[in-house]
Amino acid sequence: MAIQRDEVRRIAELARLEIREEDLDRVAAELSAVLDYAQALKRLDLTGCEALSFAPPAAALRADVPDGRRLTAEQALAMAPETEGGFFVVPPVMEGQDP
Amino acid sequence: MTARELWRLPARALAAAVRAGECTAVEAVSAGWEGPAAIWERDVHAIAHSDTEARVVGAGVTPRGPLAGVPVVVKDNLCTRDYPTTCCSRMLAGYQPPYDATVVRLLREAGGVISGKGNMDEFAMGSSTEFSCYGPTRNPYDLVRVPGGSSGGPAAAVAYGLAPLGLGSDTGGSVRQPAAFCGVIGLKPTYGRLSRYGLVAFASSLDQVGIFGRHTGDVALIYALLAGPDPLDATSRPGPPPDVSGWDGGVEGVRFGWPANLWRAGVDAEVVAGLEEAATWLERAGAQRVPFDFLPGEYAVATYYLVATAEASSNLARFDGVRYGHRAAESPDLHALTTRSRSAGFGAEVQRRILLGTYALSAGYHDEYYLTAQRARARIRREYEAAFSRCDLLLMPVAPTLPFRLGEKLDDPLAMYLSDIFTLGANLAGIPGLSAPVTPAVGGLPRAVQLLGPDDGEGLLLRGARALEVQGERARLERAHEVEFAWPTKR
Repeated sequence: MAIQRDEVRRIAELARLEIREEDLDRVAAELSAVLDYAQALKRLDLTGCEALSFAPPAAALRADVPDGRRLTAEQALAMAPETEGGFFVVPPVMEGQDP
Repeated sequence: MTARELWRLPARALAAAVRAGECTAVEAVSAGWEGPAAIWERDVHAIAHSDTEARVVGAGVTPRGPLAGVPVVVKDNLCTRDYPTTCCSRMLAGYQPPYDATVVRLLREAGGVISGKGNMDEFAMGSSTEFSCYGPTRNPYDLVRVPGGSSGGPAAAVAYGLAPLGLGSDTGGSVRQPAAFCGVIGLKPTYGRLSRYGLVAFASSLDQVGIFGRHTGDVALIYALLAGPDPLDATSRPGPPPDVSGWDGGVEGVRFGWPANLWRAGVDAEVVAGLEEAATWLERAGAQRVPFDFLPGEYAVATYYLVATAEASSNLARFDGVRYGHRAAESPDLHALTTRSRSAGFGAEVQRRILLGTYALSAGYHDEYYLTAQRARARIRREYEAAFSRCDLLLMPVAPTLPFRLGEKLDDPLAMYLSDIFTLGANLAGIPGLSAPVTPAVGGLPRAVQLLGPDDGEGLLLRGARALEVQGERARLERAHEVEFAWPTKR
């Protein structure tokens, strides 16, 4: 298996996902099956193949150009789960702090 | 004209009827809901969000234009001002975008009306539309089977007649495969030809808005209306889009590639028989078959599930329970809020892909997995370029099987991923692809073939689809004639 349960725990933490203790083995097996399959790429001759992130011509991304349109504060906050006085509300950023 | 006459009409004829005053736009839009949906929608469940008032208002705003009064089912990951856009995820339950996606805006400007938001696999991750938080869509041709995915809702709705046109998104086959399973045409344009602005991102370098239709001419019409550069999409392809007005121009002299090594093993006999039929039809229409071997699909699967999940893990990082979307109650700090909101908001398949992508991008594995996959992507692109130096189009399967049963692949993620083995390559290479129906399989299940073309080859793909449509109709009439002709002699 490409991935063990400790590895699943570590990437779940990075991805901000909670995996229940009893699910770790199942998830490890599912991810491993795909990663093992991906070993097929080792058999592919990649000589002269530069990494491609976008198919051409999108690979040459243009610069972002501001077009003057913007959401109002009201629109931007309209779908937020919790707001106060025109701001998004979040719990304390550091553990153990009072809100 | 009555609802009974209207719902079957091609989009072009329906728009003409509205413009000529033979029916109102409201009648045109309501026909599908009054007729086929009344019978089918409860069982098929193609629609995630519908709103009678939004339909009436939409029909009233722009009763003119090339799509005057034409209802279109839009996948639930395309932003719409007047309907929720939830990607069929608990994470976005109730989310109402403050803007329209560019393709939705263009659709409305042409007179089109949104008939409803189509059901889909959560965040477009799936091949069966079973991973929707609203429950699965069923294949209208056989309710125990899947409609394909991830755009299974729009595909099924167009198939049973709710609307003549639908919009979906195709990241790895999510328009072509459900089109094949539901017996309609599905077009995935060249990467960057249809704007992605307002399409909720899954894997940005692969995502492309795609089109469902029952008639080639309808697909050509809506493509011409929606394709073109968009300043709001940085990956939009510059320059004028390909001209598809010659969609009925035939395929005389067109060379189509026949990579039979791809279906020598692991492909259903019914699918292979469909390919033989399509090849014969294309030849009968004057095209030439060019046999050669092509890179096996397993490399595309391996490449795709590293590239797509890596991009997904990055794109879906925005769902943190703060600005929009699901928010877990009673979290002691921000870290816990994010983790709990995401864990409760995302379904199992989305979580699986985020984990896979996070792993492929993480320190120590980035080069081995992600970088290798990006290099393999360049190799795959090169393979298609080489193929199109020998032929104009490629003919291949859409999926290795006919529509499978609900639940059949749910517990085996890899088996589900392998159902995309023939469609992923086009997304990795950025080229256009189209799924076109041929004669149904024994038992009546839809069967289809895939046409792939070089960059900006949409016009040629549509000519191919039209040739199959004409030949298919001719074959159907011939069979009907045989039955008709045989009957009196039997008496």
